[in-house]
Amino acid sequence: MSTSDSYDYDVLVIGAGGAGLRAAIEAAAMGVSVGLICKSLLGKAHTVMAEGGIAASLSNVDERDNWKVHFADTMRGGQYINNWRMAELHAKEAPDRVRELEAWGALFDRTKDGRILQRNFGGHKYPRLAHVGDRTGLEMIRTLQDHGIHQGISVHMECTIITLLKNGSQIAGAFGYEREKGQFKLYRAKSVIIATGGIGRAFKITSNSWEYTGDGHSLAYHAGAELIDMEFVQFHPTGMVWPPSVRGILVTEGVRGEGGILLNKENKRFMFDEIPELYRNQTADNIEEGWKYTQGERSARRPPELLTRDHVARCIVKEIKEGRGSPHNGVFLDISWIKDKLPNAAEHIKKKLPSMYHQFKKLADIDITRQPMEVGPTTHYMMGGIRVDADTQMSIIPGLFAAGEAAAGLHGANRLGGNSLSDLLVFGKRAGEFAAKYAKENSQALPVNEDDISTFSKWALNPFERTEGENPYQLQYDLQEMMQDLVGIVRTENELTKAIDEIKKIWARADKIKVVGNREYNNGWHTALDLKNLLTVSEAIAKAAVLRKESRGAHFREDYPQKDEKNGKFNFVIYKGDDGDMKVKSEPVPAIRPDLLQIIEEMK
Amino acid sequence: MPVATFHIWRGGITEGKNETYSTEISEGMVVLDAVHQIQAVHANDLAVRWNCKAGKCGSCSAEINGLPKLMCMTRLSDLAIDKPILIQPMKAFPVIKDLVTDVSWNFAVKKKIKKFKPRPPDAIDGTWRMVQNDIDRVQEFRKCIECFLCQDVCHVLREHKLHDQFIGPRFLVYVAALEMHPLDIEDRLQDLKNEEGIGYCNITKCCTTVCPEDIIITDNAIIPLKERVADRYYDPIKKLLSIFRTGKVKTKG
Repeated sequence: MSTSDSYDYDVLVIGAGGAGLRAAIEAAAMGVSVGLICKSLLGKAHTVMAEGGIAASLSNVDERDNWKVHFADTMRGGQYINNWRMAELHAKEAPDRVRELEAWGALFDRTKDGRILQRNFGGHKYPRLAHVGDRTGLEMIRTLQDHGIHQGISVHMECTIITLLKNGSQIAGAFGYEREKGQFKLYRAKSVIIATGGIGRAFKITSNSWEYTGDGHSLAYHAGAELIDMEFVQFHPTGMVWPPSVRGILVTEGVRGEGGILLNKENKRFMFDEIPELYRNQTADNIEEGWKYTQGERSARRPPELLTRDHVARCIVKEIKEGRGSPHNGVFLDISWIKDKLPNAAEHIKKKLPSMYHQFKKLADIDITRQPMEVGPTTHYMMGGIRVDADTQMSIIPGLFAAGEAAAGLHGANRLGGNSLSDLLVFGKRAGEFAAKYAKENSQALPVNEDDISTFSKWALNPFERTEGENPYQLQYDLQEMMQDLVGIVRTENELTKAIDEIKKIWARADKIKVVGNREYNNGWHTALDLKNLLTVSEAIAKAAVLRKESRGAHFREDYPQKDEKNGKFNFVIYKGDDGDMKVKSEPVPAIRPDLLQIIEEMK
Repeated sequence: MPVATFHIWRGGITEGKNETYSTEISEGMVVLDAVHQIQAVHANDLAVRWNCKAGKCGSCSAEINGLPKLMCMTRLSDLAIDKPILIQPMKAFPVIKDLVTDVSWNFAVKKKIKKFKPRPPDAIDGTWRMVQNDIDRVQEFRKCIECFLCQDVCHVLREHKLHDQFIGPRFLVYVAALEMHPLDIEDRLQDLKNEEGIGYCNITKCCTTVCPEDIIITDNAIIPLKERVADRYYDPIKKLLSIFRTGKVKTKG
């Protein structure tokens, strides 16, 4: 490769959302050279879409909150197959990471005494989410971006990594292309951090943008890293369902946090009939108590709408399946009812949920201060990902780190709302710190294998060579449709087995796709390259899901509808076999430290 | 289903033309949906930038029938579909290809603006106290999604191409957010007057009109900054007094 197309860094960060930016900032602060790869423009990553807030036990609103409660809530939400050490670090360090954002210019909504305000969210015992109306993600990414651009980080916008490069067992860099001219780029690095986010585009109905094709999961897997918990895909209970073109766009849980209720077509608050045993003690059994909880009354218990996302999503599916759904196959989410409770309800809603107001007004002609919204589940978040060491975030490949949604462990079988933004900050920082440390300890960059580069550039250009072949958009669409139907919210053995077959067929078709036009800013070419990643993660999800013969958290099996104690003691680990095929093994959930177990027991 | 016709710019900065495409439209569709349909079926290599499709990331800025808009927030039902709908790239920036423009100038401009510099923490635990009323205005500015539509419509940039002398409305809003941040103690007035070129803005308010976040750019951000600059540099009485004073003129607050 010519020198103009190659770069040398101590630490290369792939992905520039919350985790990638936080990692890059930390690595730069350690005095190493840092390259940051953005799939889109800087500041456009999906973090920008996060609405509700950042979970951290600042205890500004309720002094009973502390890291132990946050830890116990996270483990309960994850149905106890989380990596307990990650959950501990996360709960302990999140408050400092939030305060740090304030020192970098973030302006969170305030309490009456001038501190950071916190709001209620599903599965969190106390009001815990630091927020800015319903645009917390924008505030977070902009703060990190505006701080990060002054830290000497080299930013490569609109670049996509095609493969990681190794030297023997160790990481040596990455190879990719920049979109504007379509030219290949080589990045040599002593350590690499994957912070590429999720996999939502594997499904038809999703809140995720085009970028979320499981790139990091796939890059790490093909380089020899392990993936865990891939069967756990979070379907957010409330996405827009109408009109068709906005289907899947997120409606923040903040709506329910502010008092929004779920109703079926009979105008019944069906969630009151759906309170699971594990949460019965913590859940309100009447309308008045639920309302009081959302208004901060400390003796009140949370309304059932604020049960965990996996559960609420399934209850909504049940209402729809049993014929009690709304006209466009959703249910109703109503915040306008609070006008019975508050004198200035319309203004209050606009102040607390400005972008929801805007989104429904503009895209669906619905005024949420006067009318209910129609909502249904949407593919939202990937609990599964690259298996990392809890403290350092390093994968089993020396020098390869991962953070944020692309890494796994913290959330177990189901993530609590608000725990994603705090995850990005806590483990983004840790990944940056330990990747920089690793780079310093390994002062020699390892040479990359030139053969790998020629193999992958040839592979990437193949679709241009074909005169005949399928359209990459069509293939992506077929995969999404199949995954939605067969590997969605409610799963069965038959459908999952069928999905694995279908994925095999689509893999074969993907080898024959055709791309038209030239290499410059070619969205079609990009879609073609993304297919490998989408297929890799789809296969991993289906293969792990077929083996988990129980229902736990986000993974629901109609043929095994109960939780199973034996299954609950294992995580499924995905790895590439020596024959190149995808393999799954089960490994015991790491034994929890006794003091942490005691915390869980005390808070049950 | 009804069919709508689109004239979409295809090509680069020097060569190119508006190509005609027709596609079926359904209820609730936005312009970006139509562009995606055309891309998936008729023009796989059509270049378009987008991410969130919900008006939150500011990626899909373009000119629709000549007006700067986000494609994801412009509904077809608000346009006359009996005539072809014209979709073109933003004109204040060089075209890379089709609907994608080179907006890198904006990122370079931001980097030159003095960064946030907070006062020492108010409490011993390293935190600050701020009243909601004091941050409402800055929160308005921080709603900005950096779509650069305000830059696109600003005649100083669009017509006069003064990109090297004027930072444009987006970055005046950015400076305003920093200057009015209750914790910030940096001084940016000299930069505003000189290299950032605030004097070029002659308050036509076009930027405010196109802002998809409804930020009152001119009245709430630019005019107060202009007043601060005028107070510092053009107030004759203050000028006189400052001769007798030592140290920096206090402008914060």
